Amino acid sequence: MTNKLEAERPLSPHLQIYRPMLTMMMSIAHRITGAGLAVGFALLTWWLVAISIGPNAYAYVQDFFGSLLGRALLFAFTWALIHHMLGGIRHLIWDTGAGLDKQTIEIFALATIIGSIVLTVLVWIIGYYAMGGL
Amino acid sequence: MATPLKRVRGLGAAHHGTETFWRQRLTAVANVPLVIFLIWFVVRNAGASYNDVKACLASPVVAVLMLALIWSGAIHMRIGLREIIEDYLHNKLCKTASLMLATFFAALVGIASTLAIVKISFGG
Repeated sequence: MTNKLEAERPLSPHLQIYRPMLTMMMSIAHRITGAGLAVGFALLTWWLVAISIGPNAYAYVQDFFGSLLGRALLFAFTWALIHHMLGGIRHLIWDTGAGLDKQTIEIFALATIIGSIVLTVLVWIIGYYAMGGL
Repeated sequence: MATPLKRVRGLGAAHHGTETFWRQRLTAVANVPLVIFLIWFVVRNAGASYNDVKACLASPVVAVLMLALIWSGAIHMRIGLREIIEDYLHNKLCKTASLMLATFFAALVGIASTLAIVKISFGG
């Protein structure tokens, strides 16, 4: 009986019905970067634990982070962290009730994308510069 | 007042009210400066020797900020991961197991990182 009722209940259109919009993609990106940061947290934990174990464990981690895969992971981690942070600040502003009009939302979305890319590249340039690689 | 008491209290179906929502915001606010600190710390120590990184982490200010980041981050991560699981996993067993795993993961990285910082701080 209940199953029959549930089956006949009208369903609201889901994601695939709508034309993809920037703000909707940003909402999805906020979740994906958030989930990705769990991997980043595991990397940070690995790094800290290796330092607490000793020079050999640290050298092993540094070798991994220095590899192409390691650097790709760290670059993705940096971007996800900054993107999620800027997206989070956007959410905190919305929590106050401000910036919820259509135009501001679009500006926030663009600012988060451009800001996260620019800041990530900047962090890596400074990082390489600090290492004497530039 | 004709309003049922449970609604006046506004604690919702899970009886926790807005506790999780608020904790997510609280840790989010804390995470902003702490994440900036983490980026600064990692960039500053990029390519540094083992002894230099260890000495830097052993400094009380760095250790306190790092512990704050780990705790605030782990709590925020647990809430976020659970939110995703609650939204997308509908099989009861799968959902419950995943929610448990999210908590175990947050606790594991939190405890391991904390122990590492404490060990380094005490010169281990």
